[in-house]
Amino acid sequence: MTTTAPRGTGAVTPGRGSGGPAPRRATIPARTLRTDRWWLQPLLTVVALLLFIVYATFRAFQNAHYFAEPYISPFYSPCITTACEGDTFPELFTGPTWISPALYILIFPLGIRLTCYYYRKAYYRSFWLSPPACAVAEPHRRYTGETRLPLLGQNIHRYALYAALVINVILFYDAVLAFRDETGEWGHMGLGTLILLVNAVLLFLYSVSCHSCRHIVGGRINSFSRHPLRYKAWTQVSRLNARHMQWAWASLFSVAFADFYVFLLATDTINDLRFF
Amino acid sequence: MSYDATFRVWRGDASGGGLQTYTVAVNEGEVVLDVIHRLQATQAGDLAVRWNCKAGKCGSCSAEVNGRPRLMCMTRMSTFGEAETVTVTPLRTFPVVRDLVTDVSYNYEQAARIPAFAPRPRDKDGNHRMQQIDVERSQEFRKCIECWLCQDTCHVIRDHEENKAVFSGPRFLIRLAELDMHPLDVTDRRNAAQEKFGLGYCNITKCCSEVCPEGIHLTDNGIIPLKERVVDRRYDPLTWLGSKIGRRPKD
Ligand code: SF4
Ligand code: SF4
Ligand code: FES
Ligand code: FES
Repeated sequence: MTTTAPRGTGAVTPGRGSGGPAPRRATIPARTLRTDRWWLQPLLTVVALLLFIVYATFRAFQNAHYFAEPYISPFYSPCITTACEGDTFPELFTGPTWISPALYILIFPLGIRLTCYYYRKAYYRSFWLSPPACAVAEPHRRYTGETRLPLLGQNIHRYALYAALVINVILFYDAVLAFRDETGEWGHMGLGTLILLVNAVLLFLYSVSCHSCRHIVGGRINSFSRHPLRYKAWTQVSRLNARHMQWAWASLFSVAFADFYVFLLATDTINDLRFF
Repeated sequence: MSYDATFRVWRGDASGGGLQTYTVAVNEGEVVLDVIHRLQATQAGDLAVRWNCKAGKCGSCSAEVNGRPRLMCMTRMSTFGEAETVTVTPLRTFPVVRDLVTDVSYNYEQAARIPAFAPRPRDKDGNHRMQQIDVERSQEFRKCIECWLCQDTCHVIRDHEENKAVFSGPRFLIRLAELDMHPLDVTDRRNAAQEKFGLGYCNITKCCSEVCPEGIHLTDNGIIPLKERVVDRRYDPLTWLGSKIGRRPKD
């Protein structure tokens, strides 16, 4: 057995690091020897996220067509200014007319998605290529991960979760309001009601399956046997947590779709399908 | 059912080397390690390869097969087409000794740095008591066979040799998690996890979980929970306040 690996010998292979191979590693010039389509996953992620970002940005700034009685687009809920179309939430203040009411609340969904453990994995891999795929060298010369600002800030994720849970409640409230008809009478249900409801459920599952949530409901405890209820909660959340990625994508899709449906109604492109 | 496969195997040592091409017979039901052994027996008598159990339990035969960190004894030849070239290289992250054998002592040095298990005092009758559900989480990590495939894949040290001085690698982050979750252990390793073992370097991109032959969920069940525990200790003003006014004991 030879001596131990040299330490702090500077960067490194096999990426474009500082060039030459690290001391005493096997000389393999190829950045990766993988033969499968390892680039497909990051590529699909980039395309899907960019599509969403473009659509969501356009809709958030559009400041129109986000309300079609009795439905409000999830991008605009809670709608907190006096300029709001519709009446789904207390109007708290009057903002400048050129600021879309979506922008005041954008920080909440953005906050949870940006600091989400799953999305971090997704964008570190596919946008930052750090690494683009397993055993494929990253192009960066240095790497400090989440040890310093701004990425150290990812540690506030649980606060983003708390805020998102509040929004979850509001979106359920919107779905309940969608059981009224155009005149405000209860006992209506349309395709829009169903869409808002499904969207609220998916967003809720996304929040509840969160890793921070898993920690808070029970993961932080060391003696489960002394906290049977929290153990039960932790077990349930763990079950959901195993599918956190799926909830993340399903809810991202549903929120865009719900908004699009309201857009179609508000622009009179289609009529709501009425169940009763 | 036998066929001739094309193998490219990295041959060399720390002073240099490269891929050499061989044509070698493959029989039905074989794994990559079988073929490497046949190569050693028939064409390359001095080919260095480390192995022991041939059952995926000793963690000795770690290498990279077509660029993917794998146990050679658990990689079936049937996963490759007969015409496909199979490339076998040593673990990239560690210094090479010769051919497919690498010097993995970095990992043992990290293991030695972890503060050992420190149980609370025994109960009055001299026993330690805990329930199965209390240790279940920790036990997942006990399945580790120390093959170092996760350590090899982790880009933090794979692509940045200098980070070996500040980062212990996924296998030891789950060791810290295992001890921190243990119902009997009383040492608080959370600050050390961040400051000494480099937990913050991990960007949860999950390659360690992808390659683990024991199917340990390193990231979801070990590293992320450990990150959350570190947040409790260092970054969350509410849990900090809770612990100050005595509302939140360690457990
Ligand atoms: S999840 Fe973290 S520890 Fe695991 S391979 Fe990725 S960076 Fe390394
Ligand atoms: S955690 Fe898995 S990949 Fe890592 S050393 Fe243990 S068995 Fe190998
Ligand atoms: S929302 Fe994804 S981990 Fe918390
Ligand atoms: S030879 Fe023991 S794990 Fe492969």
